[in-house]
Amino acid sequence: MTSPAQPEPSGPEAAAPDEAAGPTAATGADTSPTAAAGADTSPSAGTGADLYPAATRPSDEAAVVAAQAATAATTREALTANPLRDPRDKRLPRVAGPCVLVLFGVTGDLAKRKLLPAIYDLGNRGLLPPGFSLVGFARRDWAAQDFAQVTHDAIKENARTPFREEVWKQLREGIHFVPGEFHDDGAFDALAMALKEIDETRGTGGNYAFYLSVPPKFFPLVVQQLKRTGLANAPHGAWRRVVIEKPFGHDLASAQELNEITSAVFPESSVFRIDHYLGKETVQNIMALRFANNLFEPIWNRSYVDHVQITMAEDIGIGGRAGYYDGIGAARDVIQNHLLQLLALVGMEDPTSFDADALRREKEKVLKAVRLPQDLSLGTARGAYTAGWQGGEPVVGYLEEEGIPADSITETYAAIKLEIANRRWAGVPFYLRTGKRLGRRVTEVAVVFQRAPHLPFSKTDTEILGQNALVIRVQPDEGITVRFGSKVPGTAMEVRDVSMDFAYGESFMESSPEAYERLLLDVLIGDPPLFPHQREVELSWRILDPIEEFWATQGQPEGYPAGTWGPPSADAMMARDGRVWRRL
Amino acid sequence: MTSFMLSGTNASKISSHLTHLRHQMGAPAIGMVLTLVVVCDESNQYDATRAATDAAREHPSRILVVINRDPEEANRLDAELRIGESTPGEVVLLRLYGELTRHADSVVSPLLLPDTPVVAWWPGPCPEVPSKDPIGQLAQRRITDARADTDSVAAIVGRSRGYVAGDTDMAWTRLTPWRSLLAAAFDQPVGRVGGGLVEAAAGNASGPLLAAWLSRRVGVPIGVAESGGPGLTAVRLNTDEGEVSVTRTDARLATLRRPGQPDRHVALARRHTSELLAEELRRLDPDEIYAEALQQLAATG
Repeated sequence: MTSPAQPEPSGPEAAAPDEAAGPTAATGADTSPTAAAGADTSPSAGTGADLYPAATRPSDEAAVVAAQAATAATTREALTANPLRDPRDKRLPRVAGPCVLVLFGVTGDLAKRKLLPAIYDLGNRGLLPPGFSLVGFARRDWAAQDFAQVTHDAIKENARTPFREEVWKQLREGIHFVPGEFHDDGAFDALAMALKEIDETRGTGGNYAFYLSVPPKFFPLVVQQLKRTGLANAPHGAWRRVVIEKPFGHDLASAQELNEITSAVFPESSVFRIDHYLGKETVQNIMALRFANNLFEPIWNRSYVDHVQITMAEDIGIGGRAGYYDGIGAARDVIQNHLLQLLALVGMEDPTSFDADALRREKEKVLKAVRLPQDLSLGTARGAYTAGWQGGEPVVGYLEEEGIPADSITETYAAIKLEIANRRWAGVPFYLRTGKRLGRRVTEVAVVFQRAPHLPFSKTDTEILGQNALVIRVQPDEGITVRFGSKVPGTAMEVRDVSMDFAYGESFMESSPEAYERLLLDVLIGDPPLFPHQREVELSWRILDPIEEFWATQGQPEGYPAGTWGPPSADAMMARDGRVWRRL
Repeated sequence: MTSFMLSGTNASKISSHLTHLRHQMGAPAIGMVLTLVVVCDESNQYDATRAATDAAREHPSRILVVINRDPEEANRLDAELRIGESTPGEVVLLRLYGELTRHADSVVSPLLLPDTPVVAWWPGPCPEVPSKDPIGQLAQRRITDARADTDSVAAIVGRSRGYVAGDTDMAWTRLTPWRSLLAAAFDQPVGRVGGGLVEAAAGNASGPLLAAWLSRRVGVPIGVAESGGPGLTAVRLNTDEGEVSVTRTDARLATLRRPGQPDRHVALARRHTSELLAEELRRLDPDEIYAEALQQLAATG
């Protein structure tokens, strides 16, 4: 437990720090007009929910099933009860019912840069319900208008859609603020009162979503307060949801501990864990690419795929996040959540449907099948950046960053080799790497195919022919690249690699929804497929924990100059397998 | 921006110039997802082209603007090619003279992107039966705009006569935010609807269409009344529990009233043509709900 006297942090370290800290993190997800898989998953009315119980642990199984059945029933009832809705009417957007979003940690960086603008953008797209209200809670001596001003500024600065007075007016009417600290019973009593009043004045019907944009150490306090004030318990016909941000613990034990705290108060079906990567259109497009096409799936297996590289590279350092980052490191910060989720989406079998239950089940199966390398010293690599030049600017090394002890053993670069022990993937290594202060900012999944079994060309003709690759570019330039060999024009038969790009990054930039918009809307609607289940979180820690334990015994990580692509040991790890990292 | 004027040309020359320009820009791959054919005249081509290029940000397209000029002149085709104009895709302005004005399809057809959807849009006056029009026949989706007609209400009422799956009208697109808000208001049970009224400015085509949709959905007649505008100003529905209404007087902010609940303000601004067009391009499958509303409108109106 935490000491209540601890000041509330100015920036929620809890929140997607890898991207949130990036100065250029404004890149968002984009919509493909032809293959918007995510957009079509829409309220599937819990068709699978009745057939397949969501939880494996018998203790909460019943509760979960009951809750799902209730949601499904209300959705179906609402659909039949509402004569104006029709599944064929695809123009009508999914709009959440009347509700209140309670935001803890409104003064944080994430709230200002992402959450408040995303709420406005939703409003601007007409996706917020009439009467939608936003309640801020923070340790600030503010009145509602001060919070409104903060929101206004955040919107003006960071919203993706143009500022429109009438949308702001609609939003402004629903903005409230409750000052207080997390240990202060009075503040939460005031919050409960305020919510009750909002129900009356705004007709929000007791539907509350609590967004905990605060460090996890405050979770127990907040959750307990919500329980004490009865805010966690939904009256009949209403819902209560809690939204939490990564990190979901720093190892398996702490993740379970954290889960016990929330699950003691909220049922699993009411807990929405945000991994903003899953809100990105490109990531959802992985499913469209794989399961809506017949072109890729037949070769999506060990017979054709040589290996898979999943990379998340950042050009920034740790910025002002020393307190959070030191002791956590790159693997816990990025691999445990984003990269393993990407691995799951790329490696999973086809789900029976796109509802939350079916999707999570497949992701869990593949995460369960993940095997670590026999010898961790050969199958993993880690490093920490040293002073160097990054993109034309001199930067300090990790150990010289403010607030980092000189003997820190935290890694800022991590690479691991994983295998998936199932029929589809046996023998196909998945290489995951992430790092700070690398050459440039890029996230991608590259499926690298085997060489052609026979080349009817002379050796010299194909000397510079590499392996075919299908690359899913997640950020910043979202799209898909296919790499294949092509004849160099001329009289000689010379074959060389070419890339074919499909980019929707630039094209749809202007009006495409940002990851947080999509995820916030899903929370308000109660549509969970894009949120990782606790079981996925725990499975991910099971994969990472042995590696972290091994690394903890290895002393300081190997240095790599800032602006380069990681330590030599990472290249050596690939070289042992006769492979190389893609040059990004 | 690269712009290129071709005078007295033909489709084949335009096509090879497009390829040439694209290679020159260093982007030989085609990332465009559809062809949008805009049929208009010189008076509305500027606005229409602008709306189409704006919509192309969301849907990278090849935009073919067909501008019919004097049919009395000698046969001639002039083309203006624009690439890289702060929008993905390509814009080709085609100016048709003489007898060619009656054979626009012969120019458009070879310029369509292969194996991708074709959408035809008449921002101004449109053919009586769009699907029978030579250009309309090339398209899967045919967008008309009743508002451009001198008698907009008669135009929308008459649409059902020539309706074919794939037809749509901007008068319907303009209703989406209204319909969305009304549907949201009905998400909480309000009981049976006994009757109602749509209020709109005189000559507004969307008003009767909204009334037709509502009456089709709730199964009772919904009237239409004239108001001072602008555009749609109110929808009032009498339910078992009292009146549910959405009113909007300033074309920006609407008020939602429900019995036993506080009034709520909702942004409900009129949208630009580019936004309407972008919505149309989002889904290219037949809009059955629109067809039903048209049927209803024809039966009652």
